[in-house]
Amino acid sequence: MANTEQSVHRKRRIVNSLMTILTAACAVFATSILLFIISYIAIQGFSSLSFQFLTDTPKPVGEGGGIGNAIVGSAMMTALAVVLGLPVGIAAGVYLAEYGKNWFGNIVRFVADTLIGIPSIIIGIFIYTLVVMPMGRQSGLAGGLALAIIMLPIVARTTEEMIRLVPNSMREGALALGAPQWRVSWNIVLPAAASGIATGAMLAIARITGETAPLLFTALNSRFYNFFYDQPMSSLTVQIYNYATGPFEVEHAMAWAATLILVGLILVINIFVRFLTRKKF
Amino acid sequence: MAQTGAIGDKIFRTILLLAAASILLIVVAIFYMMVQNSLPTLERFGIGFLTGSEWRPAQEEFGALPFIYGTLVSSLIALVLAVPISLGIAIFLVEQAPIKIARPIAFMVELLAAIPSVVYGLWGIFVLAPFIRNHLGVFLQDYLGWLPFFQGRLTGIGMLTAGIILALMITPIITAVVRDVLEAVPTTQREAALALGATKWETTTIVLGNAASGIAGAVVLGLGRAIGETMAVTMVIGNSPQISASLFEPANTIASLLAANFAEATDRIYLSALIEIGLVLFLVTFVVNALAKLLIMSVGGNSSSSKHV
Repeated sequence: MANTEQSVHRKRRIVNSLMTILTAACAVFATSILLFIISYIAIQGFSSLSFQFLTDTPKPVGEGGGIGNAIVGSAMMTALAVVLGLPVGIAAGVYLAEYGKNWFGNIVRFVADTLIGIPSIIIGIFIYTLVVMPMGRQSGLAGGLALAIIMLPIVARTTEEMIRLVPNSMREGALALGAPQWRVSWNIVLPAAASGIATGAMLAIARITGETAPLLFTALNSRFYNFFYDQPMSSLTVQIYNYATGPFEVEHAMAWAATLILVGLILVINIFVRFLTRKKF
Repeated sequence: MAQTGAIGDKIFRTILLLAAASILLIVVAIFYMMVQNSLPTLERFGIGFLTGSEWRPAQEEFGALPFIYGTLVSSLIALVLAVPISLGIAIFLVEQAPIKIARPIAFMVELLAAIPSVVYGLWGIFVLAPFIRNHLGVFLQDYLGWLPFFQGRLTGIGMLTAGIILALMITPIITAVVRDVLEAVPTTQREAALALGATKWETTTIVLGNAASGIAGAVVLGLGRAIGETMAVTMVIGNSPQISASLFEPANTIASLLAANFAEATDRIYLSALIEIGLVLFLVTFVVNALAKLLIMSVGGNSSSSKHV
């Protein structure tokens, strides 16, 4: 009797330690995959990185070439997306937080979350039918618009969450002093939530910088420096895709170097945001 | 004075309302434009579009079944691999690890989600595919080769590679949501179980039971991401519209079909077929994401998926 009780007890203890080890192993596995991918990119990327690579345009295989125009294109389309998507996203977020406790707010919230989960290639098709088909050609404008739509619901939801963190006593204080509601939102609540909104915006920018699928047939690609939004535009991600799927070793090396730039940028933004918000977690 | 405030309020509120409404408008417009532009094939093929298994654009034959099959199977492989690992990580982070260890690990798992899809694709082509061709695939064929799933020629490019890459990509999302859901379970439940003499693991199983619908929501959210994941899959799946039991064979998903072919589709009926299959993807991911959100909301976990982009 005492014996079986002891063995049951031992079995429970063994199961307990076994599961602790197993769950820890899952965590170790995921983190080592991350470290492996990042170090692989660093090793492969650095070996073919040069200043010329960062400023050149793509050239026929064997003549070098670079990603200068892709960097400019990515920057221009991201900038357009920020100019269009950020103000609208912040405004929508303010609405959800300050006026959105009704059926309409609930619907917008629900649809925004669902829109975040919709594959970005669908946004690409949408912009293709809306902008590219009427214009008759792919353009930086179309690419930037697609990125803006991807950014919009993300910014709206993070803004809402940040504004909800602003204590109600601040709103009440301002209202009690006779400020109209819009002044309270604009001059009191928004500044108080500004740093949180900014970090959310930075994460959204990091996200759209890495997007490829919505640019494939909206912005297409270009072999040249292009500073006009009505022309097809190159981007880092589409350039990586083209180099990676190309048949030549040289192209693959350039894909890794371009990836180093892209992933480096995205990781720096993420780590910087983490550093800024470390007290909140 | 009070009057100007009232007018200002009205203008301000209207501007905000329009911004919020734009989100609804975009989703409605996506649906409308896609239906509008896929009318030629919608009218011509009807339901046969979804059940046909031959895809020959040159002969104007459009059967979407191979892509639906590829999307389902690759997502299923991803879930089978990612769900246990994600659960393990989330349990470790919430129930077991001290906060000093949990924080950096949680951050590193989040960083996995920050890596762009095209980078996973690049890594898949040059690291994972050779690994499967030379090691994992050989191992599977040696020991499980009698199963139809593991027969055929090993190229490293195909359904299994896509499924594994997808698993890596959805792990951080499932982990993040399960973490939120577990954290929403009241501590008193753990204390009660421990006080009754349960071991740490037995306590965890009780917590898991109470968080079940939220965990289901996390899995469904992961499924939604896997279904729609585009670039990485396009780069490693081989882009071949065939239905094969073997996981080593090249296949194709809806998203990868669109990524690889949309830019070249100039002919009206081909374009319509691609947009129609895109519409299918849109509707499926919309429903899957809505379902995930409802499940996660039901346990009071942080329902905002903006944290999990």
